[in-house]
This record gives sequence, structure tokens and C-alpha cells, in this order.
Amino acid sequence: MEPTQTAEPDYFHKVVDCQWACPAHTDVPEYIRLIAQGEFTEAYLVNRATNVFPGILGRVCDRPCEPACRRGRIEDKPVAICRLKRVAADHRDEVAQRLPRAPAKKNGKKIACIGAGPASLTVANDLLPLGYEVTIFEQFGVPGGLMRTNIPAFRLPVQVLDEEIGYIVSMGADLRLNSPVNSLRKLLDSREFDAVFVGSGAPKGKELELPGRRDTDRIHIGISWLESVAFGHIERIGERVLIIGVGNTAMDCCRTSLRLGAKDVQVMARKPREFFKASAWELEDAEQETVKIVVNHAPKSFVVKDGKLTGMMFDKLEYDIENGEIKATRELGEEFFPCDDVILAIGQENAFPWIERDIGVELDRWNVPKVDKVTFQSTRPEVFFGGDAAFGPKNIIWSVEHGHQAAISIHKFCQGEPVTARMPRGVTLTSRKMGMHEWSYKNEYNGAERRLVPHVALVERFKKVNIEVELGFTAEQAALEVQRCLNCDMQTVFTAKLCIECDACIDICPVDCLTITPNGTEGELRARLKAPATNPQQALYVSAALPQTARVMVKDEDVCVHCGLCAERCPTAAWDMQKSTIKIPHAIDEDATCRS
Amino acid sequence: MSYINKPKVAHPSLPTNALGLTRRQYEGAMSTLCAGCGHDSVTAAIVEACWGIDLKPEQLAKLSGIGCSSKTTAYFVAGAHGFNSVHGRMPSIASGAAAANRELTYIGISGDGDSLSIGFGQLAHAIRRNINMLYIIENNGVYGLTKGQFSASADIGTKAKKGEVNLTPPIDPVLLALSLGATFVARSFSGDKQQLVPLIQAGLKHNGFALIDVLSPCVTFNDHEGSTRSYTFTREHYHPVIEADFVPKASEITVDYQEGQALSVELHDGSQVILRKLDASYDPTDRSAAYHFIETKIKNHEYVTGLIHIDESSTTEFHTLNKTTKVPLNRLPFEKLSPGNAALQKLQARWR
Ligand SMILES: Cc1cc2nc3c(=O)[nH]c(=O)nc-3n(C[C@H](O)[C@H](O)[C@H](O)COP(=O)(O)OP(=O)(O)OC[C@H]3O[C@@H](n4cnc5c(N)ncnc54)[C@H](O)[C@@H]3O)c2cc1C
Ligand SMILES: Cc1ncc(C[n+]2csc(CCOP(=O)(O)OP(=O)(O)O)c2C)c(N)n1
Ligand code: SF4
Ligand code: SF4
Ligand code: SF4
Ligand SMILES: [Mg+2]
Repeated sequence: MEPTQTAEPDYFHKVVDCQWACPAHTDVPEYIRLIAQGEFTEAYLVNRATNVFPGILGRVCDRPCEPACRRGRIEDKPVAICRLKRVAADHRDEVAQRLPRAPAKKNGKKIACIGAGPASLTVANDLLPLGYEVTIFEQFGVPGGLMRTNIPAFRLPVQVLDEEIGYIVSMGADLRLNSPVNSLRKLLDSREFDAVFVGSGAPKGKELELPGRRDTDRIHIGISWLESVAFGHIERIGERVLIIGVGNTAMDCCRTSLRLGAKDVQVMARKPREFFKASAWELEDAEQETVKIVVNHAPKSFVVKDGKLTGMMFDKLEYDIENGEIKATRELGEEFFPCDDVILAIGQENAFPWIERDIGVELDRWNVPKVDKVTFQSTRPEVFFGGDAAFGPKNIIWSVEHGHQAAISIHKFCQGEPVTARMPRGVTLTSRKMGMHEWSYKNEYNGAERRLVPHVALVERFKKVNIEVELGFTAEQAALEVQRCLNCDMQTVFTAKLCIECDACIDICPVDCLTITPNGTEGELRARLKAPATNPQQALYVSAALPQTARVMVKDEDVCVHCGLCAERCPTAAWDMQKSTIKIPHAIDEDATCRS
Repeated sequence: MSYINKPKVAHPSLPTNALGLTRRQYEGAMSTLCAGCGHDSVTAAIVEACWGIDLKPEQLAKLSGIGCSSKTTAYFVAGAHGFNSVHGRMPSIASGAAAANRELTYIGISGDGDSLSIGFGQLAHAIRRNINMLYIIENNGVYGLTKGQFSASADIGTKAKKGEVNLTPPIDPVLLALSLGATFVARSFSGDKQQLVPLIQAGLKHNGFALIDVLSPCVTFNDHEGSTRSYTFTREHYHPVIEADFVPKASEITVDYQEGQALSVELHDGSQVILRKLDASYDPTDRSAAYHFIETKIKNHEYVTGLIHIDESSTTEFHTLNKTTKVPLNRLPFEKLSPGNAALQKLQARWR
């Protein structure tokens, strides 16, 4: 193989698996180290720079970083990355003074954002400091989008929402509440705005048209029902509730039902557990609250007697499953489940009744707009999409990242530059060597197991609909959990010409990452290493030919614990531990280059 | 010296041996040697070798003298027995221990200073007595622990770190062992585990005294230009003639060996050493031929490596010759160990 090009920004970025997996590329190891040092405010600001809503995300993020975490490859559980984010948010000092501010002198460009969900808020967050005047139109009387109307308060308290949304609005956004946009044509024709960002979400809950659907008023659409609960329009539900569907919306519906008087809540799933969409931790929380999950039942009809819903009929199913795929399905007969209410939680769709089809903004057959995956520009140049509105329902952190990227495009567009000419990512490396064998990070591996976040007692939490269930880590728990982080941004950087092939690094590596071997193809090298490199997702780091034997040093990045021992035991400092800082460009960086 | 210990965390797919142990479970304390010391690689090879032959950790006894090399017994097989003797006296301790308990496997770790200067006589007699042990000399041409004085293995013309040139002729441990009738003589290099690991395995299984002279550079005091024991010099003058593959008892030989190039020697427990000759004219079973071969090569500054000589038919093995007790002393009943005054009187009467 050719020597690895480590100057290429993605190479070391991929080694920081959590940061690579995070849609917004939050610098996870850096903020965890700051928490370890008690620098909660700094840790919060590192988060905010990329993910904008650390307090919110520290509670409800989908956390794609955690399945990616390297710790999960060498022991059972990944680092509690998400809940540590909450630690930073909970323990920080006031940050208002340290946040970006909008200049007094505006740049003369006006931007409209439709919807006040996380996507639009991020666009405002990124563009206000550059002097843009940003107007946010929101149909409801409160900002936040689904974060407020659908994510229940027992998972995400309103104070947290208010505070973090407040940081953006108080930068000078013109937030117009109770102001639905009913016609995009009208908005564009007004010529009031230089660009429009559509962050209106995917607001339509899917229907289940089965016999009996229209014969009762006790069948609810999950996301609308949660919205009514959030706004206080619904305060009660029957004792026996069936939830149809087993995604994250279903989990919020079943747990909310328990807080509105339901005693017997069952989540009805068509397929076996391994096919569930809900995150493992959401299922765990629901089951802990005595929600029953019933698998292999397909809804057949709603049973309504004398205008009253009495229950639902299901087909019981059996599956043949091979390698995680369903090969055959058999029906085993009907089964009746009595209930007082049914909540449908089987998905969301885009809906744009307010976007005229002849204004140059193209939508496809399924009402999904045609949007560029990199620039988020629609088929009409001054209209951009992001968040759930762009490619269908995702999650908050994706909405944030869409917002960042759309903000860059809007900035470029308004400055008359091509939206495709974007700054590349960058990487800087700085040695962490302090003394002969000392590094300016805590390189010692800590064998502690993942800490469990304490929860409010079951009897307490149902007393009100908005009692936050998770209490957050205690100081002691946080202090231990941070030590589980492997500091994956402390990169092992190799200088081939210094190596004397003494094997010290190879002998000391606790996880057998390193091998000196004759060069070969990637396949050959992967098979020939001290511990065969079987995870093709993880790169091999191949050196230039070594001076004495012309063999190469190969590192399998897969399970490196960044203990620094290779560098500690190397007599010639051929290995060094260097911190990689991945530079993710945002609108403000593009602005700096525009000006220079 | 490192500030942290090697963490217990291991590669998730680390294989286990017949005892259900991973290689990591054959490690010892964290090394305190200089970073890059050849001795640490020898330690790693011993760990690998012991794991590979399913040696029970408590079955091993580690013995050593004084020196950086002698310190290393602390760094492998933490579960083994051990004795760190005074300088150069390890062979006596090994002889005594072996006589008292022949059930253990003995490994002695020494240095060129420990073995060829102060312990020279001890080593010679251990070879002559054919003690059943593996004796490893970690040979770096200097007294590492005392800051790099030339040792008795330093070549003529080699330069010390500060420029002093050695003029005294060296003692070569391989020639020494051959001339004293050793039945297993090998040389290897700390930087070649592929060669070293099977040699250690065969040496541990050999019935009688097995010597491996391992060229093991001292990265701090003898790795400079002008030294004949540096990593670079060793690599440039390194001449494998005969590679050994160790095949444990009752396992199948899976590698194909070319006709005439391979020679199989059965060890006394039924395991085998397959010798692969890289130099077809070389016969490792012929001691005097081996001696001459090595001597000629040394004159050309070539370090011949591999299993240089093996003789499994020798009858001089220490236990056989001395009829040592089969049951270790610590398991003999008290009455047998100490038969009482009457028996003593009877014994003494023989000399009255
Ligand atoms: C029940 C449920 C639970 C969820 N839980 C999580 C979770 O735990 N973690 C997570 O990361 N994600 C979760 N999500 C997903 C997440 O909430 C969304 O992906 C995210 O909020 C999308 O952000 P957005 O900015 O694209 O749009 P939204 O949050 O949907 O915001 C759109 C806003 O636009 C407004 N709007 C719409 N049309 C107009 C119009 N014409 N004029 C003016 N305003 C308009 C809406 O009122 C709304 O305020 C959940 C979703 C649901 C339904
Ligand atoms: C009786 C006695 N004499 C001298 C010493 C000093 N001394 C300690 S180690 C050593 C030489 C060690 O050299 P070697 O065996 O080659 O080990 P290395 O450190 O090179 O591995 C000497 C002379 C001693 N410890 N005890
Ligand atoms: S930092 Fe070096 S020694 Fe530690 S696990 Fe990674 S490669 Fe191995
Ligand atoms: S420890 Fe340093 S000099 Fe020795 S093999 Fe490793 S990189 Fe090369
Ligand atoms: S002084 Fe030499 S022999 Fe001793 S530990 Fe250091 S490198 Fe090894
Ligand atoms: Mg020495």
C-alpha cells in the first residue's frame, strides 16, 4: 500500500469515530476532557459551536455518536457521550456574554426562515453574527418546532428549550409567532427577502385506513395528539390505550398516556423486536414504566360498538427470519385487544400545501422537494430547505447540520458567490509531549463501566405530565464517566525515518494494533497483522518504508485506546501523540475568507 | 520508565491457548528498562512462547542474576516462581532448584556481563552438568545496568559511546557452549521474533541444558555508529542459517518442507523441532562441524543465527546422571526426607 496521507483532513477525523458519526461533528473528546477538568462552561461552548443546543441535545439527541464510540468495541458499552453533554449544560456558568453577537451595522441582506424549529434557528444563529437580518415565521405561538410540540416535557423541560432558543432570538432575530406562511409565492413576490429558508418540518402524521377508522373519535394521530398535550388541549386519556407502531413517536405516546391517566398501555408491533425503529434506550425507559410491547401483531380493524370504541382486531403473525431478514410470513389467526383509545404512531410525511407548484420550487411525487444534498438549494436559487422539510423526518442534530450548511449557501448566494465553492474541512496536529514519557492528557486507561443516569422514582414521575424523568449524572458519576473516554483525538503520528525497528511499540501495545511487516496489498496487510484487522470501516495507517529493512509500520486504527504507550516506549520518538483538531467550516469562517 | 502501566484492556479477538489463557495473561510487571531496549523484545518473545506451548504459569521457574537483562524475569509470566540471585550466581541457584524439583520448567535469564565475566565459571559448570533448563543470554556487548562498560562479549574494534575502542578479544557464548558439550545451542536476535519464539519453545522442551544467545541491543549505551552490537550493525551482519519450527506433541505438521532442506528432531516429550536449512551444507547435529562453521563466520563479522546445534541422544542430562529424586523434595514425606538419628548413625558408620 501507499503511505497513508494523514494530512488529508478526513483521515484523523475518522479515527475520532464519535465526531465523525455526529452529523454536526461535535468535538466530543475535547468537551469530555474539559468536563474532566471541571471546565463546564468551556465544554458547553465547544458543544454549542457545532451543535447549537447542548442542553437540549444532552437530553434528547438520537446520539449516533454512541454506537460509533470506540469504547464499545473493546467492552460492552460506549461512553455516555450524550449525557455528559447534559452535564456540561447543567453545570456551566452564564454564557450569554460569550456567545456570538450580531453587529450593530447590518449587511443589508434579509433572510426569511419558515418555521421556528431547530433547522431555522440554526440558520438564524449562523447568519445573525454576519450582519444579516433574519425573520422567522412560526405558525404557533411558541418557537421550537417538534422539540416543543412533540418531545414530551418529561424528557425535555421547557426551561431548557426557552433558554437555548432565547440565545438565538436575543441575538436579534425577528421572530414572528402566530404567523403561518400560507403562500410561498406571496412571500417571494413581496421581494422583501434576499433568500428564503424552508424549515417547516415534516408535519403530517400517517393515517391507518382500516374498517372502523371513521366511526369513533377515540383514534388519535400520534404527533397531533402529542402536540395537543404539549399545548394543554388534551389532559386525559382512557385507562386502556393501544399504540400502533414502535418508533420513537410511539415511545413518547405510550409514556405520555401513562401520565394522563392510562393504566394499561400496550405498544402493538407488526414485527419482532430486532426490527424495531425505536432506540434501545427509549424502549428500555418505556418498559421500565410498565408499558407492554406486543410483537407480531398486524392491525386489522377498529372495533366500534354503538358508536363506542371497544378495541382492535389484529392478525397474529409468525416469521421465518434468516440473517436479520424476513423470509416468510404466516398468519396464525385473529386476536382481539380491548381498549378505550388508540394512538397511531406509524410515521410522518412532508406536506407543503402552502408551496405553489408553479413557482419554480419543484417537489416530487411524494411531496419531497428537490434539494441539493450539499448546498440545500432548491430548484429556485433563492429558496433553500433544511431539517425534516428537506429529506423527510430525521432528528434534531441532522436539522442543526442542515441549518449550518444552508447558512453557508445562503451567505454565498447573498454575496454573489457560487454556493458550491465551499471551504474544505481542515485538520491541525499539535504534539502533546510534555516530558520523556508524559503527555498533556490523561492517557491512562480506566476500566470503569458505563455509569447509569439516575431516574425519578416511578411513583413520583407520573404525578404530573412534565416531571423530568432523568436526573442527570451526579458529580461523582460524571467524574468517572469522563475517564472512560479514550481520547481518540490524541492521534498516534508516525515518522518512518526515525524508526530503528526495535519492536518496543509493537510489544507494548495493549490491543495489538501495530505490526512491522513487508508491504503488500490492503488485503494482504489486513490478514498479516499481529491481530488481523477485520473491521474494514477502520483504516490501516501504513508508513513509508522503514530505513533499516524497508518493511512498513502498519497500524490498525480499529481498537487503539490512545494510551500513548507506543510513543512512550519508542526510543526515537518515531511515534508521537498529537492532538488533531478538525476544522469544520461554518458560515462565519466562509465570511472571514470572503473578506480577506 | 513509563508513567503508566500497560492497561489490562486487550484486543477483543485475542485467542486463548489450551488452558483458556490469552497471551496477555503471560505478561508480568511493567518494564522499567529504557524505551527501545532489545531485552523488552526478548521478554515479549518469552511471553509468546510460553503461551504458545500452553505452559501453566505456576509450572515455570524464572531465575536470574544482576543486570538489565536479569531484571526482565519480573516482566513476564507473573504467575511463575522466581529467584533473582546475586551477580553471576544464577546457574548455582538453577542447579539447586532443579535438583530439588525436577517437575518445574526452568528458565534462566542472564546478560553477557552476568554470564561471561563474574558468572563465567558458573555458566561453564551449568553447561558441563547439563542442567535441564533454558538459559538465555541477552547479549548487548556492554554492562547496561552500570552504564555501558564493555563486556566480555564486545568485539575487537567496537566503539563505546564515548569513542573508546575495545582491543580485548571477546568470548563467544555459542563457541563456549559448543566446546563444553552443550546439547542445544542457538543464537538469535531480539528483533526477529519469528525466529526467536520457536527457539525458546524448543529450548524449554529440550531435555538438558539449552543455551540461546540473543543479540539484544542496548539502545542507550551501545546503539551508536561504530558499535558492532547496534540495531543497524546486527541487521547488516545477521545471517540465519537454520530456522527452527517448533511442533508441539500430537499436533500435525501443516507446513510443506522441501526435500533435503528440512530435518526433524524429536524432543523427549514427543514434540518436534523441524530444522529448515537455509545453507544446505550445514549439519546442526555435527558439533565439531558447527564449531568450525561458526568460528569462520565470526572472523567475517557474521552473526550466524538459528538452532546451531542440537543433540537429543546425549546421556549426560543432569537428572539421569545424578539420579535425582523424581518426586520433588517438597512433596517427599517427612520421614523420607529426614529418616532420623538411627539412619544418620548408620550412614556415618560407613566412614568410621
Ligand atoms: C414524537 C417525536 C419525538 C421526537 N423525539 C426526538 C428526539 O428525542 N430526539 C431527536 O433528535 N429528534 C426527535 N424527534 C425528531 C425531531 O423533533 C425533528 O427531526 C426536528 O424537530 C426537526 O426539526 P425542523 O427544524 O426540521 O422542523 P420542526 O421541528 O418540525 O419545526 C418546524 C416548525 O415549522 C413550523 N411550521 C410548519 N409549517 C409552517 C408554515 N407554513 N408557516 C410557519 N410555520 C410553519 C412548525 O409549527 C414548527 O414549529 C422527534 C419527533 C417526534 C415526532
Ligand atoms: C558482585 C557484583 N559486582 C558488580 C556488580 C555491578 N554490576 C551490576 S550489573 C553489572 C553488569 C551487567 O551486565 P550484563 O549482565 O551484560 O547486563 P545488561 O545490563 O547489559 O543487560 C555489573 C558489573 C554487582 N551488582 N554485583
Ligand atoms: S496509543 Fe499506541 S500503544 Fe496505545 S493502543 Fe494505540 S497504538 Fe496501541
Ligand atoms: S518503538 Fe519506535 S523505533 Fe522502535 S519499532 Fe516502534 S516506532 Fe520504531
Ligand atoms: S541501559 Fe541498555 S540494556 Fe539497560 S535497559 Fe537501557 S537499553 Fe536496555
Ligand atoms: Mg549486557
